[in-house]
Amino acid sequence: MRLTCPLCGERDRREFYYYGAEDYLRRPAEGAPLAEWDNYLHLRDNPAGVTKDLWYHEAGCAQWLVVTRNTVTHEISGVELVAERKA
Amino acid sequence: MRYSGLRVITEGLFGNRGWTPAWREPSPKAEYDVVIIGGGGHGLSTAYYLAKNHGITNVAVLEKGYLGGGNVGRNTTIVRANYFLPGNSEFYSHSLKLWEGLEAELNYNVMHSQRGLINLFHSDGQRDAFVRRGNAMINQGDDAILLDREGVREHLPYLDFGNTRFPIYGGLLHPRGGSARHDAVAWGYARGADRRGVDLIQNCEVTGIDIENGVVKGVQTTRGAIRAKKVGIVVAGRSSQVAAMAGMRLPIESHILQAFVTEGLKPVINHVVSFGMGHFYISQSDKGGLVFGGDLDFYASYAARGNLPMVEHVMEAGMTLMPMIGRAKVLRSWGGIMDMTPDGSPIIDKTHVEGLFIDCGWNYGGFKAVPASGWCMAHLMATGEPHEVARKFRLDRFATGHLLDEEGTGSQHNLH
Repeated sequence: MRLTCPLCGERDRREFYYYGAEDYLRRPAEGAPLAEWDNYLHLRDNPAGVTKDLWYHEAGCAQWLVVTRNTVTHEISGVELVAERKA
Repeated sequence: MRYSGLRVITEGLFGNRGWTPAWREPSPKAEYDVVIIGGGGHGLSTAYYLAKNHGITNVAVLEKGYLGGGNVGRNTTIVRANYFLPGNSEFYSHSLKLWEGLEAELNYNVMHSQRGLINLFHSDGQRDAFVRRGNAMINQGDDAILLDREGVREHLPYLDFGNTRFPIYGGLLHPRGGSARHDAVAWGYARGADRRGVDLIQNCEVTGIDIENGVVKGVQTTRGAIRAKKVGIVVAGRSSQVAAMAGMRLPIESHILQAFVTEGLKPVINHVVSFGMGHFYISQSDKGGLVFGGDLDFYASYAARGNLPMVEHVMEAGMTLMPMIGRAKVLRSWGGIMDMTPDGSPIIDKTHVEGLFIDCGWNYGGFKAVPASGWCMAHLMATGEPHEVARKFRLDRFATGHLLDEEGTGSQHNLH
């Protein structure tokens, strides 16, 4: 598997650290009910098909990436910078 | 038909014409007392123990493919009871005891072989951790023996004892650990359940779960609607999809774990050997193939096949530990789909829907759990109360903080 980093280009999977589903980008507000934190930290849609997840380009530009990926075929259809998404 | 040595000889003398199918192929009835979704090891053992322990025989097991076609047929067949935490320890201890009587119980040769499991350690700190684990195993009533370097050499003379990066300090021997024939476990439970009246229905995919006013009423399938008083979801590898039919979002992320097998060789590795520092473990099947694996690929996947970096890593670890295997040819590799929970421990619990139960989240340790998982799931479904040895496998433990984090690495899907 190879990921195309928006800054570095196409790179081997070994350069990247997988963190988890993009749910991690939707952090609840401080003081949110426990159920929201449980949902954020533990519960997942976990689709068999297209998903979006967070990868860190550890051995490259050190940017966090949102990767759109098919979990059944390993096809990668998009990689974007978390930083740009938030902007 | 009862299987025996005499039967094998008699059938051999008469051209093997007397064998009958191991189970029926019934059409689904309109209604059952219990429907189990999933005809893998855990689902079949749940059905078996519902009938055997609780007298509930009006049961259907619904399988979308063929019996035993999922993870029970795609694993490295290790059977052990070397857990540390209260909650895990008694469960796997119970499971190992069931394994030890399984062949007589099922009248089926599951080829359970207690050849001994050795976990190697390579530092003083790791030795301390294994001493602690060994004591926990002994306190649980199971067996553990601490081997020093020479003790390991007696058992495993073929290891590279000259390795300076990971010097072998010793190992924790679990003599009752071993392996079994994975398909036979599914087939044995299937046959046992069928003989007690359970309907095993293959090629029957569940497409919906019928719920009225918070109570389960049955399931929709590719072979029509089936009413049921109770439904059990036992589909590790597809748990999130089936649970979503009941409106649930599970604490599970599916990961891929690869395994490898070589060409058949003469007996060379007598134990199950695990090399935790290199993420590598190995045993030899009765057919002669070296069966080995490593760590997860570490990204969410349902592909049932992995990527090359982990293949390379596993081969390197194997060569580091036992260079003698370098000449063996790898025949094939495959990937199992693991229900990874945030703390690395499983779930056997009720759900928010009355009459709907779930058994899932087996991470990469489901095979050895097959007997006790079915035993405890059957107990839960029959009595409405968790079995004593599975009472900590709660679905809500992540929300409440009652984690079972055996590795002590934290409550996050990608850490186990």
